[in-house]
Amino acid sequence: MSSLELRGVGVRYGRFTAVEGVDLVVPDGSVTGLVGGSGSGKSTVGKAVVGLAPLTAGRILVDGADQPRRPGRTAVQLVFQNPYASLDPRLSIGAAVAEALPKARRAERAAEVARLLGLVGIDPARAVQLPEALSGGQRQRVALARALAARPGVLIADEVTSALDVSVQGAVLNLLRRLQRDLGFALLFISHDLAVVRYLCDQIAVLESGRLVECGPTAEVMARPAHETTRTLLSCIPALPARTAPEAT
Amino acid sequence: MARVEIANAGVDPGGPAAPGGGAGRTAPVGAVPVLRRAAAALTGDTWPGFLVRRTGRLSASLGVVVTASFAMIHLIPGDPVRAALGIAADPAQVAARRHDLGLDRPLPAQYGSFLANLFHGRLGDSIVSQMPVSQIISDRLPATLQLVIPAVLLILLAGIPIGMLAAVLTRDGRRRRGELAFAATTGILAALPEFLLAVGLVAVFAVWWQLFPVAGQSDLSSYVLPVLSLTVVPAASLSRVVRVEALRVLREDYMRTARAKRLPARLVYLRHALPNLLTSSLTIGGLLFTSLLAGTVLVENVFAWPGLGSTIVQAITTKDYPLVQGVVLVYGAAALLITFAVDVAVAAIDPRSTVRGT
Amino acid sequence: MAATTVRGVVSAEPPESFARRLRQSLRTPIGAAALAAALLLAALAVAGPVVFGDQASKIDTSAMNQGVSGAHLLGTDSLGRDIAARVIVATRLTLRLGLSATAIGLVGGLLLGLAPSVLGRRAGRAVTGVVGVLVAFPGLLFVLFLATIFGIGSTGAVLAIGLALVPTLARLIQNLATSVAGSDYVATARILGVGRFRIVVRHVLPNIVEPVVLFAAQAATGSLIAFAGLSFLGLGVQSPDYDWGRLLNEGLSRIYVNPASALAPGVAVVLAGLVFALLGEAVAQTGGRRTAARAVPAARTPVAMNADGGLAQTPADVDGDALAQLTHLRVSFPGGRTAVRDVSLSVAAGEAVGLVGESGSGKSLTALALAHLVPYPGHVQGVVRFDGHDLLADPRSGRRLGAELAMVFQDPMTSLNPALRVGRQLAEVSEVHLGQSRKAALARAVDRLAAVGIPDPERRARQRPHEYSGGMRQRAFIGMGLMAEPRLIIADEPTTALDVTVQKQVLELLGRVRADSGAALLLISHDLGVVAEVCDRVLVMYAGRVVEELPVSRLFQGAAHPYTRALIGAIPTMTTDLDRELATIPGRPPEPGEEISGCAFATRCAFARDRCRGELPVLAPAAGGAGHRVACWYPRAGDGGTVTDDTDTDDTDTGITRAESEAVA
Repeated sequence: MSSLELRGVGVRYGRFTAVEGVDLVVPDGSVTGLVGGSGSGKSTVGKAVVGLAPLTAGRILVDGADQPRRPGRTAVQLVFQNPYASLDPRLSIGAAVAEALPKARRAERAAEVARLLGLVGIDPARAVQLPEALSGGQRQRVALARALAARPGVLIADEVTSALDVSVQGAVLNLLRRLQRDLGFALLFISHDLAVVRYLCDQIAVLESGRLVECGPTAEVMARPAHETTRTLLSCIPALPARTAPEAT
Repeated sequence: MARVEIANAGVDPGGPAAPGGGAGRTAPVGAVPVLRRAAAALTGDTWPGFLVRRTGRLSASLGVVVTASFAMIHLIPGDPVRAALGIAADPAQVAARRHDLGLDRPLPAQYGSFLANLFHGRLGDSIVSQMPVSQIISDRLPATLQLVIPAVLLILLAGIPIGMLAAVLTRDGRRRRGELAFAATTGILAALPEFLLAVGLVAVFAVWWQLFPVAGQSDLSSYVLPVLSLTVVPAASLSRVVRVEALRVLREDYMRTARAKRLPARLVYLRHALPNLLTSSLTIGGLLFTSLLAGTVLVENVFAWPGLGSTIVQAITTKDYPLVQGVVLVYGAAALLITFAVDVAVAAIDPRSTVRGT
Repeated sequence: MAATTVRGVVSAEPPESFARRLRQSLRTPIGAAALAAALLLAALAVAGPVVFGDQASKIDTSAMNQGVSGAHLLGTDSLGRDIAARVIVATRLTLRLGLSATAIGLVGGLLLGLAPSVLGRRAGRAVTGVVGVLVAFPGLLFVLFLATIFGIGSTGAVLAIGLALVPTLARLIQNLATSVAGSDYVATARILGVGRFRIVVRHVLPNIVEPVVLFAAQAATGSLIAFAGLSFLGLGVQSPDYDWGRLLNEGLSRIYVNPASALAPGVAVVLAGLVFALLGEAVAQTGGRRTAARAVPAARTPVAMNADGGLAQTPADVDGDALAQLTHLRVSFPGGRTAVRDVSLSVAAGEAVGLVGESGSGKSLTALALAHLVPYPGHVQGVVRFDGHDLLADPRSGRRLGAELAMVFQDPMTSLNPALRVGRQLAEVSEVHLGQSRKAALARAVDRLAAVGIPDPERRARQRPHEYSGGMRQRAFIGMGLMAEPRLIIADEPTTALDVTVQKQVLELLGRVRADSGAALLLISHDLGVVAEVCDRVLVMYAGRVVEELPVSRLFQGAAHPYTRALIGAIPTMTTDLDRELATIPGRPPEPGEEISGCAFATRCAFARDRCRGELPVLAPAAGGAGHRVACWYPRAGDGGTVTDDTDTDDTDTGITRAESEAVA
């Protein structure tokens, strides 16, 4: 499997600086949470890694080798936020997953598609269906299956649950965590929800105005947030008495 | 949105755990920021920046028109002079005319003198009548404008209220039958070619009822049919566009807000909906106005109207290339200026449209 | 929203091919009419010259320039030829020329339109720029320009008209292709290393087929008309050939003698143009049909919906003190979609009530019904009372809501009018409802902006919404509700569209505003944490019904409905056990069109028994205490067990998959 390393990464659109001087290492087989408010540049970092955002400074390394500047088949895959926009409405979900597979014989492809759909908990018999027949959570599973089909060493999950209802969110997160542990890819998990990040990630990186303001092991950052932005994000998590209640009563 | 982020981007968060913070930043000093700010104002998403960009595009497009009208005569297969004078023409005469037109000189030189002449308002002489092309154009242009200007006003005055009314009456799928009737009527009218409508109007109003003259420019009554022929089709198109735009606007969240405020219908539609649909309608309306220019060519021919439109057709049939060149130049420039004016008007109504890329 | 509600109607059939959808839409009235007319036109073009050719070219010096007669339906021309026959014979040439020009235009348009998607960034931008310049010129000017170059005659005219179509078509196709090329699924394909050309063929083209066909049909109409115009001007088809335009030209010179000879070819042009337009419409409908066809199964399910059973809940006590009250509210849409099945709720003066539910639970429509704002064609049944007035029975009483009811919507970006200054938008409320002068109203607007914490309110009042940040827009919106004297504020997901870091500020503002004005608050949210922070009392909605109503103080320890408890359990918090899987709710909520017997949650409930599936539970007082009501046959015991234990039983991922697959079958 692979590790991802960002060295002094900067992204500028014209005169607007979206990301500047970001240094971050996502070690092999671990999960790093990238958090920040809207407009903090966290999605841009993810896009820059796969070449969808123009890298104007620094280097992005996967297993020590430079990522190409333009999008193309690499060891990194990305899952988008909105499951309603990330699947081609005219392509059956089986075809969408098959597109991501390495070149192989037709029969092998069909078997592999079925295996991947099964892996994310979608009945392989539904491979012929169009995305419109699926719910939001199911679409996100298909998007995950498609990303896994490319055998990624690094997976970037960009707010993958923020378009989903709370009751569905848990299932997708459970799946992501299980797959990451089973398959061992490095995961860059982009989110604004620190409670989710806390559950999933080994390490947390906090972005503010395109700059990395805090980075460290999850437990440490949660317990002793050093930067104002981190404290603000922490204070935004709603306090649900229920979780402490059992111990209290 | 972007503006807020730009404002924040320069702030160094300086967090204790910020790795690599502040690396590689050189603070601009002295006059540089001033210059930079001025350059930003002119190229950025601001009103002057928009004007500069838009004027730049206009000049580039005008350059294209000028070059195209120059190139036209050279793109004609064979010898345009011989084509104009006829196969039987004396070779010496052809050569002389070629010399008159400067066609025997090298291309860059021709282009240079073409531009120089253009700068001084000289467009050459007509092959057929020997009159200066600029003279012919300034003789004919007023007649065309006398059709175009009333037509534009009528299109706006009819198209916008009708389209808006139709949208209000048929919003959210109300009055399906009325919607169908409107769509069918305006659809047929909008699909009608101007010159066919003109012929129809002549047949009904001039031939059968003899209310207006069949052709020619004379008293006020001679204007009615040509102006009407130019108005009906674009007005129908515009009302369709306005209706669609109005329906889109009526579905917007801010219209729900207006209803939630329990404003009277008059305010809801005129104050809240109208400005929002004007911008997009005008953008499309600009296209209608440029195509109106083309409409004049046909309509003038139906009514034997002594304008630019009948001039260019005569010129093409008689292969009077310098005249064609001149009229094409005028029409092309007029189309560009109209689009420019509409864009500027839209930007004045809606400052957001000065943002690059729209 | 609409799309998400239709989506769940799942069928195992293979995806519909474009051809199949095309066949379907050709069976609609418009489609059938278009097809029939097109066939007729084609038949005329093929058979016309064969059948009427002789008649059309037979010169008859004894019958020159005749008018309409039995022998010559449309009269004769200057050589005595039958005009009716000539119009029919001209069909072939007219269509051939028009369609050739369209083909040239379409091929050119596709090449230039798709080029930016295939070429690199710089080359693509160059193509876009060139098309952008060309598109500013009216088509006919192009045609005249090109006709001058190519010379007078049919070939030149076909080239001229075809090429003149290219810029417009290219621009339209460019716009379509760019929007598809910017989509997430194309981005994904690029990350997967799919080549640019393959992306165009596989992802872009299939997603723009319908509009392109529509454009092509419009282009065909346009080129037909352009041809007629060119021939009419004498620049197109030359004698002895003739198309409709040339016949029109000849007819116009005889318009005094025989108007029909000029009108007939004109009518032919218009009719043929209409046929193309109709065909285009029919094809364009194909795209819209996809979702429409999917919606049918949902609509077809018998909407028996036992109308009485729907109202079987115990009638909420008519609460004389309630400021706002809904009784047996039902909101339905044509086609059997019932978004709100039966909701009764009341809000007392000064009280803060939360309405919680997931997407599709009907919570937003409930709020809109209370504000008398359900969008057409939604049908509202039940009783809606505000301050003692029945809003449904007496729509005029809705007017007073303007002053006494304030709404706050989810997205302040789209909910404020982008074209009007913020101050103006606030001021008009008190102008209209309190009869204030323009000046006084504006002064109040500035005052209110200051009250909701907007710095430099005088300057800000003169700005338009796009100059505000997201949080400030929502503040201004709340300020708008304070222009009059609101007695109830309905806030529909007021923080969902905002950045996490400003959500809290907006909630605090809502709380402060409520304290200052004494207004009641109905807060609609999917977020239990938000509701818990602001409200006194919570109603939990599921599938168009209230399943539980309880004081906020009991929400996290004393919830009795399994759904409420599962919902609470599903929220990850700072104390979630890292070694266990997150709690989830298996299955999916029912569709708004679905018929439900018994409890709507039964299929997803770990505690459901036979009674739950057969009998609809009514909202009844729960054991927990005053103000706690639950609609469940087997409510969970109050403070006893921990929530996680209850819900964490079987909702592993496979469990969900099984439930989802069952929903499919």
